[in-house]
Formats: sequence, structure tokens, C-alpha cells
Amino acid sequence: MERKDFKFISEWIQKDSTVLDLGCGDSTLLDFLRTNKNVSGYGFEKDIDKVQQSINKNISVIQADFNSGLGQYFDQNFFDYAVMTQALQENKNPDKIILEMLRIAKEGIVTFPNMGYWKNRLQLGLFGKMPISNSLPNNWFDTPNIHLCTFKDFERLCEDLSITILDKKVLNSNYDSNKLLNFLPNFFGEIALYRFKKN
Amino acid sequence: MNSKLKQNSVGIVKPETIEINETLRLDCGKLLDSFELIYETYGSLNSEKSNAILICHALSGDHHAAGYHHEDDKKPGWWDSCIGPGKPFDTNKFFVVSLNNLGGCRGSSGPNSTDKKTGKEFGPDFPIVTVNDWVNSQKLLGDYLGINCWACVVGGSLGGMQALQWAISYPEKIKNSIIVAAAAKLSAQNIAFNEVARQAIITDPDFHDGRYNDHGVIPKRGLSIARMLGHITYLSDDSMRQKFGRDLREGKLHFGYDVDFQVESYLRYQAQAFVERFDANTYLLMTKALDYFDPAADFNGDLSLAFEKTDSRFLVVSFTSDWRFSSSKSHEIVKSLVRARKNVSYAEIEANQGHDAFLMPIPDYLKVLSNFMENVG
Repeated sequence: MERKDFKFISEWIQKDSTVLDLGCGDSTLLDFLRTNKNVSGYGFEKDIDKVQQSINKNISVIQADFNSGLGQYFDQNFFDYAVMTQALQENKNPDKIILEMLRIAKEGIVTFPNMGYWKNRLQLGLFGKMPISNSLPNNWFDTPNIHLCTFKDFERLCEDLSITILDKKVLNSNYDSNKLLNFLPNFFGEIALYRFKKN
Repeated sequence: MNSKLKQNSVGIVKPETIEINETLRLDCGKLLDSFELIYETYGSLNSEKSNAILICHALSGDHHAAGYHHEDDKKPGWWDSCIGPGKPFDTNKFFVVSLNNLGGCRGSSGPNSTDKKTGKEFGPDFPIVTVNDWVNSQKLLGDYLGINCWACVVGGSLGGMQALQWAISYPEKIKNSIIVAAAAKLSAQNIAFNEVARQAIITDPDFHDGRYNDHGVIPKRGLSIARMLGHITYLSDDSMRQKFGRDLREGKLHFGYDVDFQVESYLRYQAQAFVERFDANTYLLMTKALDYFDPAADFNGDLSLAFEKTDSRFLVVSFTSDWRFSSSKSHEIVKSLVRARKNVSYAEIEANQGHDAFLMPIPDYLKVLSNFMENVG
């Protein structure tokens, strides 16, 4: 099934460009970009089953943990875009990963779940429980998400790291956009897409 | 051979030998005016001659990669788990060619074949050949078989080095390359292991400067020790622990220097079997080919420049417990291919069998080969 956030990402990506997808999963996005934008590039993925699916799709995939140092692989500005969908919050050092993305690529694109979504706030603020929602489905003890943030947090980090946000899109957990989300994104938005570059 | 094996086996196969009467200029500077290569084929070549796969063997391998030579053979060829109908190198779809390399001892021209010029056995006078020389000789075999471009060249260990060299030497003659448990060059530690193996052979009193056949002997002890040492480096600590632990062969210690532990018995058995089928001069030659391999040397040490001309797709595979050719060696190859912006995928397979894993039917391994081959041809 085609994910709508992939369509939005694709709209941000120039034709014939080069893309690195960090945590590429089964490479659905790279496959989509190859078909629709004639993009070439590589995926990084830890999980062997997803690597298998990527190879089956004839995508160049490298089985490795991107926390273990991308520097050794890619020179500065090697790619046009470095993309990371729904994995930023799983990293040990999201700030370093973002900077590394902008070293090896001219622009970065990330998507991540919003901890500030009203239902999350309600569960923690009113009921005193760690939030569980469509975009954050795991229990606190078995979640891969170790560095959750709100949209506001992310934007402040970008400011601190001298990163310019070029584009932003706020979605609900069905990857849809609507007026309400744009009215109070950090309250109603569940997932955000950001495109950014170095100042 | 039982009927169950027959179902997805290439069945009974027969090797062929060709004489190539074309001068081969070797890296060492010497010329080979003519030479013989023994090979086997599985499956059939299509009319466009576009479905050929070349299998390159490792140090002690040969041309018998799949199927059986006789009804009563106990074991099939060395890579039967990967070659056959429905297997990763699917003989329903591909024409698979497997040869014994030049300098080998299983039927291709090598130290134990006859030098036409002198009428005597080459012995130690057979020139030291390199991975590059092998690839050049394999290209001539391809010409003979009418194969202008290989759909895929594949190999593990020293075989992987040949698959790598192919993409560099003949970029227009190879569409896909699979490099398993290999390295772009050996480390000092690797060369050191090879040197110990060579010294064991050369210092055996039965070696006679490589002219042992003239004396009616073979350097059994040296070749045994070389094989035992090699074998240890092909296994992992973990797999040896699982396989043997500290189990005693006869349930008690003997307080002597004969076999106490199962692992000793195993090594001796392996060495004995090896001595019966392998030639010492070939062993020396093969280890030198390993040591000399360094395709980046011609490109100022930059391997990515070596890949510039190739449009081949690459699959690089390593195994977690392989310490002889560890994953970091494969990473070096992948990195260079990425730098050259080539189409490359890399999988690091969980396996505790050490370097030998490349010969084992490990499900994830076979699957990754199959997935890659799905997009070949």
C-alpha cells in the first residue's frame, strides 16, 4: 500500500536526484522515488528481513546500523537528500544524526511522531500514564522510541543547530492533512514531515 | 545419492576438459603457450547466450560444484546447496559454469600436470598465478563457450576475489557480481597464517623442493599441518565449542601426546582426507594468489577508482562469526563501491560457523542470494 507521507516527501524531491534513506525498511519509499522521480541512492537498514525485501525490489541496500558512523561511507554532500522516516526518535543521539545527515547530503528530510499531540498530553497530563496512540503504539517498556519530542522541541533544536526549516507538513495518524492540523499543529498534529538544510 | 536429493539436484554430471591454445601472459611475466581447463556446466545456455553464471572456487575447491559424478557418490559438489533447480543459482533459468582454476590439482593445468616443453611434470616450476591471471583464463573459457557477457560471476572467499576482479578487468563482460566472505586485500594476519602453512609444507623433509613426486613421496606432514591450521581459521571459537567442547575421544586422558580430545581427532581426520586429495605445490600457489591480491594497487590504493568503468550490480555478503575474512573486510569493498556510486547491496548474515559459513545452507544466506538473483537476467 502506498503511504501518503511518501507522496508528500516525493513532492519535495527533485527529479533525477540522489537519496540516502536511513532506516529504509523494505525500501517502499526508495522504490516509489525511483519510479516517480527517477531517483538513485541507497538504503541503510539493520533488519535482515527488510534487507531481503529491499534486495528483492532491486534497491541498493546496506545492512548496517547507521548509528555506527556514516562518515566512513560518504563524503560531504555525497547525496542531494538524506531521508529518515519515523526513526529519528529511535536514535541514541538525534542531534548528531541530523548534523550527520546534513554533512553527507545537501538537504535533510525527517518524519516523526508528535509527543505534543493532544491525546498524548491528555494521557500523561491528566491520567498520569505514558501515552499510547496510533502513532505511538508501544508500551513504555517495549518501545524503540527513546528520544520522543514535540514539533516545538524539534524546531528549537534546529534553531540551536543553525538549521533552516525549508518545508513542514503536519499530518494525522492516517497521514492526512486538514485545516485543524494547520491551526494548532503541535496540539492536533500526530506526525510531522520536515525538510531542512544548513544555514 | 538418494532419490530425495535427486529432486532438486542437477543429477549426474560429467566434467569436460578443453585445451586453450592461446598465449596467456601471466602477472609474473611468464607466458603460458597453452593450457587445459576442466569444468562442469549445469542447466542450458539460452539462444542469446545471456543466462550464464560463472562460479569461482576458493582455495581448496574445484570444478565439481554441484550434482554427482556417480550414482553411489556419498556427497554432491561443494556448492550443491546453491546450484540446482529452484536453488539460488537456478539451473531451470541459468547456465552455470564451474571450473578448476589454473594451477589447481583437480584436472586443470597445474603443478602436477605435464610440461609439454620438457615432457616432465611441472612440479614447483609451474608459474605462480594470480587472481588476475585466473580471471584472464576464465575469460578465454567464456570465449570458448560462446559467452560474451556473464549474467553473474559469483564466488566465496578466494572465489569472491575473482568475482571482484572480473568487474574490474572486464567491466563490459559482467552484469552482476556476488562477492561472499571475501576481502579486497589480505591483512598482515592473513598473510601470516598463509606463511605458517607454507613453511609447514616447505620444511617437510619429504618436500624435496617441490619435486616430491620424483621421489615417490608427498609432504604429508607439512600439508596436514597447513590444512589443520587453515581449518581452525575457517571455524569460529563458538562453532568449535558447540561441535567438540572439551569432549574426550575415549572418555579419559592418556597423559601422552596422542589424541585425547575430539577436536584433535577431527583435525587429524580432516588433514588426512585433505592430503589424499590435494597437491602441496597447488596449496603453496593458491596461498600466494591470496596474498598477492590487491586490485586497488593499480589505482593508487583507491579501490573505488578500480570500479569506475563497471556497470555491474553487486551483492556483498559477510558472516558475523567469520574472523578470517571479517565483515570489516566486506565493508571496505562496499564502501568503495558506494563511493563509485555503483549499485551495491550488502548483507551481514548471522552465522556461527565462521568463514566456512559461505559453504553452508544457512537460510538467510540462501534467501539473500535468491532475492538478488531474482533481478538477474
